[in-house]
Amino acid sequence: MSQIKYFTNGLFKENPTLVLVLGTCPTLAVTTSAINGIGMGAATTFVLVFSNLLIAALKNLIPNKVRIAAFIVIIATFVTIVDLVMKAFTPDLYATLGIFIPLIVVNCIILGRAEAFAQKSSIMPAILDGLGMGIGFTLAITLMGSIRELLGNGSIFDIKLLAEDANTILIFILPPGAFITYGYLIAMMNRMKKRYNI
Amino acid sequence: MAKLDSSLKNMILSLLFISIGMSAALGFVYNLTKDPIARASKEKEVKAVKDVLPPFNNDPTAEIVNIENLVFYPASKDGVPVGCAVKTFTEKGYSGRFDLMVGFLPDGKIYNVVVLEQKETPGLGTKMKEPKFKDQFNALDIGILQNKEVKVKKDGGTIDAISAATISSRAFCDGVQKAYTVFMRDIAPAKMNIKDSTNNNGGNQ
Repeated sequence: MSQIKYFTNGLFKENPTLVLVLGTCPTLAVTTSAINGIGMGAATTFVLVFSNLLIAALKNLIPNKVRIAAFIVIIATFVTIVDLVMKAFTPDLYATLGIFIPLIVVNCIILGRAEAFAQKSSIMPAILDGLGMGIGFTLAITLMGSIRELLGNGSIFDIKLLAEDANTILIFILPPGAFITYGYLIAMMNRMKKRYNI
Repeated sequence: MAKLDSSLKNMILSLLFISIGMSAALGFVYNLTKDPIARASKEKEVKAVKDVLPPFNNDPTAEIVNIENLVFYPASKDGVPVGCAVKTFTEKGYSGRFDLMVGFLPDGKIYNVVVLEQKETPGLGTKMKEPKFKDQFNALDIGILQNKEVKVKKDGGTIDAISAATISSRAFCDGVQKAYTVFMRDIAPAKMNIKDSTNNNGGNQ
């Protein structure tokens, strides 16, 4: 399977959050808990896979000069679908992610992949690329959510790991903590890339 | 097939075609999710009403009363009023508006409060959901407080504010107060048969 490299590409080597540093808005804003990270990641992955699929399928029907408009219409449709489905079936998660679901439309990862990859490739690699990028994004923000939740709230996935009255570092679930955590994760990623020469 | 060139006709047709296709897909999904969304939001409402009131067996969502942007859900058991849930709000939160559901017994005592929707600071203002703060309101009789007003200690009241979240705590009191004022003025005299139901409720608490 030579196509598997399209999939693994997004996981590590070109991880959208930690290497390409795309989609920082949801990364910083929703990662106050691990479960938020997973929810946001899953929603983004869904949009990414289907928009990549459709854009790769329609690439010859979209004239170059209106391609961005066409991409955005396609992406916005899938985002609205996710929005409606989450509202219907996971109202609790929807309530916490709130405004950030509609904002997936302007997430750079999705338009970036459409522009840089899907519009030039055939359908199968586009799907794999979307899946890999989506899962890479999910892993990165879930990791970040876990770190912030553990340090700031003493729990991971709402399971208390520290004593009830333990002093937690509140700043980690506030916006500055997001930047601090993000910086350390990017630094770690850079070091790993250098060490293992990827 | 070669890529379409960017002539005016091609651009218009291509965008039209994509928009129509996408609208159709959206319409389809909208129809599919319309009922579950309505059901989910109704369930949430009913659950909140159940959480803040003693057991009842009527359907409070069928008897909704709207006064001054507050929503009242009168509840009764076997025809005897057991209380009233009030969906109230405050604009004074740290991040603007948040919504509370407050349950009053017929005599105006608070039975329970739950937070419905809020955008307060995680880890600070969101602590208002925790029993340590919120349960101070349980069984609270605003009527016997000074000036019949519920306030945090800093403002001369009786409620222990959440540390580092005085604004959220104040806003919480504001929401409860708003519900209490309208409840006692408009709902309690009309809908709650005060004498009968206080006796009935003795056991429930």
